[in-house]
Amino acid sequence: MSETLTLNLGMADWLQFFLHYLSLSLLAIGGAIATIPDMHRFLVDQNLWLTDAQFNASVAIAQAAPGPNVLFIALMGWNVGMNAGSVVYGLLGITLAMAGMLIPSSVLTYNATQWGHRNRNLRAVRAFKQGMAPIVVALLIATGLILASASGKSLDHWPLWLLAGVSAVIFWRTQLHILWLLAVGALLGWFGWI
Amino acid sequence: MSALPPDDRPRPESLTDLFVSFTLLALQGFGGVLAVVQRELVENKRWMTREEFVEDWSVAQIMPGPNVINLALIVGGRYFGLKGALVGLAGMLAVPLVLVLAIALVYSQFAEHPGVAGALRGMGAVAAGLIVSTGIKLISALNTNVIGWRWCAVLGLACLVGIVVIRLPLAYVLFGLGSVAFTLAYKRLKP
Repeated sequence: MSETLTLNLGMADWLQFFLHYLSLSLLAIGGAIATIPDMHRFLVDQNLWLTDAQFNASVAIAQAAPGPNVLFIALMGWNVGMNAGSVVYGLLGITLAMAGMLIPSSVLTYNATQWGHRNRNLRAVRAFKQGMAPIVVALLIATGLILASASGKSLDHWPLWLLAGVSAVIFWRTQLHILWLLAVGALLGWFGWI
Repeated sequence: MSALPPDDRPRPESLTDLFVSFTLLALQGFGGVLAVVQRELVENKRWMTREEFVEDWSVAQIMPGPNVINLALIVGGRYFGLKGALVGLAGMLAVPLVLVLAIALVYSQFAEHPGVAGALRGMGAVAAGLIVSTGIKLISALNTNVIGWRWCAVLGLACLVGIVVIRLPLAYVLFGLGSVAFTLAYKRLKP
């Protein structure tokens, strides 16, 4: 990191940090990724709790690492805590950020699902599931296409598109394990062939 | 959200089985867990059919919060109630969290290495392909859809254009197209 931050965070700051994540949780429709612009405003621009480099690295590492991408929230909490001076604060940051982000949405999702299960024969519940199906299937394809264009849409990037396309066909048509495909992608990238 | 599967269908044997299964799923998910979840839960473990997966995914997607976390809550809750939901959540997060912290600690030393950047780029392209592929596989779950394949195609294409070409915010697409789709399905279902 080119610039470093040294923070002195009090109880009130941590409370504000927690409350901000609590308030973002129910706005995270389509995933925590949807709240990134607001998180950047809050953590980097407004409070100067994270540097731009720390913010971007948190997102990039969580996307590349195995596990749900929402772990970028944990990394941001960790970095804020480390900027405040210790591993203990880092763990506090992780706990507050993840709890704030997950508790409201999880309580809502769990209760809505239980309600939906009890009322699964209701016409509206069946209509919701039937109607949403084509949209969410298309949304998956759209998400993949957007991710594939993340490193550039120009024709110069054709090897990346080819790799994405070939992986898609192999995964669709064969039972080859996912880690083999990822390993091939990593090797091709490591040697600079794509 | 569908009914509990009949007894002869495979299901998680215990909370430990659920935790371990979700942990293993999460650890294979470089660049997103969804493709692995679909393959493991539907194709390998056969805990759910493609149709059921799409139903659960619809709920996970429309509710606020991270999608795969919501899916873990839904699937865990289906088999073991609140305990199952919490165990599913923990399985998805606990071990990957430790791992991502470890990676973050060493990342700064290797971030500048061209090989590392290239490997991440390559894995990103593969991960993107796997998600597209998962979407294509799930198209077959629409065969029995009550709104018919023509409307499925129209709504699906509208969603693709809205997200990929026009780059509309996701919430607009979900709620805009969602209400059209809901109305179509509602009219076609018997009361």
